[in-house]
Amino acid sequence: MHGLPDQLANGLALGALYGLIAIGYTMVYGIVQLINFAHGEIFMIGGFGALTAYLWLPDGTGLALALPLMILLGVVSAVLVAVGAERFAYRPLRGGPRLSPLITAIGLSLALQQAVWAFYPDAKKARPFPQIGGADLDLGFVTLSREDLFIFVSAPICMLALGLFVAKTRTGRAMQATSQDPDTAKLMGINTDRIIVMAFAIGAAFAAVAAIAQGFKTGEVNFRMGFIAGLKAFTAAVLGGIGNIYGAMVGGLVLGVAEAMATAYIGDIPGLEQFGGGSWKDVWAFILLILVLLLRPQGILGERLADRA
Amino acid sequence: MRAASGKGLIVRHRSLLVLTTTVTVGALTLSACGSRDDKSGGGDSGAKTTVVIGVDAPLTGDLSALGQGIKNSSDLAVRTANKNNEVDGVTFKIQALDDQGQAGTGQQNATKFVGNPDVIGVVGPLNSHVGQSMQKVFGNADLVQVSPATTAPELTQGPNWQKGSKKRLFDTYYRTCATDAVQGPYAAQYLYTKRKLKKAYIIDDKKTYGAGLAGTFTDEFKKLGGKVVGTDHINPDDRDFSAVATKVAKSKADFVYYGGEYPAGAPLSAQISKAGSKALVVGGDALYSDEYVKLGKKNVEGDLATSVGAPLETLDTAKAFMKNYKAAGYKLPYEAYGGYAYDSTWAVIQAVKAVVEKNDGKLPGSADNRDEARKQINEAMKDVSFDGVTGQVAFDKYGDTTNKQLSVYEVKNGKHKPVQTGTFQEN
Repeated sequence: MHGLPDQLANGLALGALYGLIAIGYTMVYGIVQLINFAHGEIFMIGGFGALTAYLWLPDGTGLALALPLMILLGVVSAVLVAVGAERFAYRPLRGGPRLSPLITAIGLSLALQQAVWAFYPDAKKARPFPQIGGADLDLGFVTLSREDLFIFVSAPICMLALGLFVAKTRTGRAMQATSQDPDTAKLMGINTDRIIVMAFAIGAAFAAVAAIAQGFKTGEVNFRMGFIAGLKAFTAAVLGGIGNIYGAMVGGLVLGVAEAMATAYIGDIPGLEQFGGGSWKDVWAFILLILVLLLRPQGILGERLADRA
Repeated sequence: MRAASGKGLIVRHRSLLVLTTTVTVGALTLSACGSRDDKSGGGDSGAKTTVVIGVDAPLTGDLSALGQGIKNSSDLAVRTANKNNEVDGVTFKIQALDDQGQAGTGQQNATKFVGNPDVIGVVGPLNSHVGQSMQKVFGNADLVQVSPATTAPELTQGPNWQKGSKKRLFDTYYRTCATDAVQGPYAAQYLYTKRKLKKAYIIDDKKTYGAGLAGTFTDEFKKLGGKVVGTDHINPDDRDFSAVATKVAKSKADFVYYGGEYPAGAPLSAQISKAGSKALVVGGDALYSDEYVKLGKKNVEGDLATSVGAPLETLDTAKAFMKNYKAAGYKLPYEAYGGYAYDSTWAVIQAVKAVVEKNDGKLPGSADNRDEARKQINEAMKDVSFDGVTGQVAFDKYGDTTNKQLSVYEVKNGKHKPVQTGTFQEN
C-alpha cells in the first residue's frame, strides 16, 4: 500500500469535486423530485464562465486577482442558465407526468452542450485553463499540488455555508419545509416557486466552483466535461442518499476515494492484475454503489424512503 | 494562451433567452447538416469533368486540430491540381465530412461517399479505429481510400501481422504514413540506446491505435533489455489521472510511454509532473501536436513524441507546400498530418491521371455511374509513384507506404523540436 496518503489525497480531492456537483442533484431532487440531468452542463458552463473572466482580464494578471473574478463570473453564468432552465424548461411542466421533465432535462443537456460547442470561441476542442503553478506543497506525510489546494479550501467553505444557511435562516427552513411537504408548506405561506429557484441557483453555484476546481486539476475545460462529471456526481448523490445535502458530499468523497484506491491497489491483489488501474476504476466504483444500495437502499445518509409516490 | 476574439459571446449564456435560442439554433444546425446536398460535384459543364475527392477527418471535437489540418491540406492539393491543370479535362473538388473521431460516424460518412457517384477517391481518416470501420464499405464499392494518418498495422496487414502471417484484407486501403509496427520500436531504440533510459511505465487508452503502439513499444523495449516497472490503462474520456500519476511517481520510472492521443495525454503528463515525478512522457504521433503543449503548458516540457516521416521543415520537397499553405490563408495550421494529407490527395489525383490517360483523355462511365472509373482508379493506385511533400510516395503490396522514415521530437520552450530522424532498423 505504498503512497497511501497521496492516493487518499487524490481521492478526497476528486471526491470533494463530485460532492460539490452532487449538491445540485440532491437539492433539486429533494424539493421537486426531479433528476436534473442538465446539471452536468450547468457545471460545464460554470467552467466556461470562469475561463471567460480570465480571458477578459489583461495578460499577466496574477491569479490572486483573477480568481475571485473567475469564481464570480463562473457562478453568475451557471446560476443564470440554471434559473433560466427552471423557469422556461421545468416550471411549465410542473404537475405534469414525471417523465416529461426528465426527458426535457436530457434534451436541455444536449442543447446546452451544443450551444457552447457552437458559440463559444474555439470551444470545438478543449480550451486550456489557467494553472496556479508553483511547487507542490510537501506536508511531510503527503504532497499536495497547488491546484488541489483550491478544492480542499473551497469545498469545506461551501459545505459550511450551506449547512448554516439551511439550518439557521428563514429561507433555509422554508426550504426544508418545502422538501418535507410542498403542499403544506405552500398553505403555511411559503412561496414554493421561489424556494425551487433557490435550490437550482445554489446547486448551480456549487457546480461552478467545482468546475473551476476541475479546470485547475486537469488544465482544460471542454464542452463535454459535464457529461462524465455529471454522471459521477449523480452517482455520488444516490450513494450518499439522494435528497440529503451532507449525503451528497459523503457520497462524493466515498466515490472519489474508491476510484483512487481501485486505480492504485486493485492491480496489486494477486489474481486481479488485469482488473486494476485507471480503466477499471469506474467498474469498481459502481460495484461499490450496488453493494451500498443492496444493504442500504436509501443511500449512506438517506433518511426516508420515497414517501411520495 | 489567450484568444483575442474570446469576448462577448459568453454573454449569451447569461441571458434567459438562451434556452429558446439554443434549442432553435441546435435544431437549425442539425437540419442544416441533414439537408446538405450530396450532388455537390455534379454537372459536366462543357468538356470539363468535375470529380470529387472525399475527405474524412475529425473536423470538430478534441482531435479537430489534426483533422482541420488534413482537410486544409487536401484542399490545397486539389487547388494546386486545378491551377496547374494536372489532369487534362478533369476538375477536382473536395467534399469534407466530419467523423468526430468516432467509428460509427466514419462508417456513415463512408456510405455517403460511396453513394455519391462523383466521389472517385477518399482521403482519410485520422484515427485507426475509424479507418477500421470504413474499410469494408469502400472495399465493396471498389472506391480507393488513402489515409494520411492511420498507423495501426492491422489495417493493411491483417489482424495476425505480429505472428508473421500478413494478409491484406481490403485492396482499396492505402496509407502514406509509416505504421506503429515501426513507430513503437523506433521510440524504444531511441530511449534505450540514445537516452539510456531503462525503466519504463507503460500506459495506454485501450483504443486500436493506443494499445497497438504501447504493445509494439513494450516488445522492443524489453528485447533491448529495458525494464517495465508498471503498466496501466486509462479511459480516453477521463481527465483526472491523479491516482495513476501518483502510481507513476512512486514507481520511480525514468519515463512513461503513453499509447494514446493528446486530449488525454496532455493532462496525464501534466498530472504526472504535478505528482512530483521527474518521468518524461513519451508517445507516438498523436502526441505530436501544438495542442499538446497548449494544454499541458510548462508541465510537458521535455516530453518526447515520435512521428512518421522527417520533419517537414527539413525537407526540400516540403518547402513549396509550406509556402503555398501559408499563401492560401488557411486559419488553422497544417499540424502533424498536413504533408501526408497533401500527398494522399495527390496520390488520388495521380491515379485519376493514369486512368484518364489510359482512356483517351476521358474518365470511364457517365456522371451518374462512375463504378468503372472507381475500379480503374483503385487499380492505378498500385503503381502511383511521385516525389511528394513527405518524400517519395509509393505503396507496397499491402498498401503501406514504402517510405519508412520516422522522427523524434522533444518539447523545448513550448514547441516540438526535432531531435532525431532516421529509419527503423530491425536488430
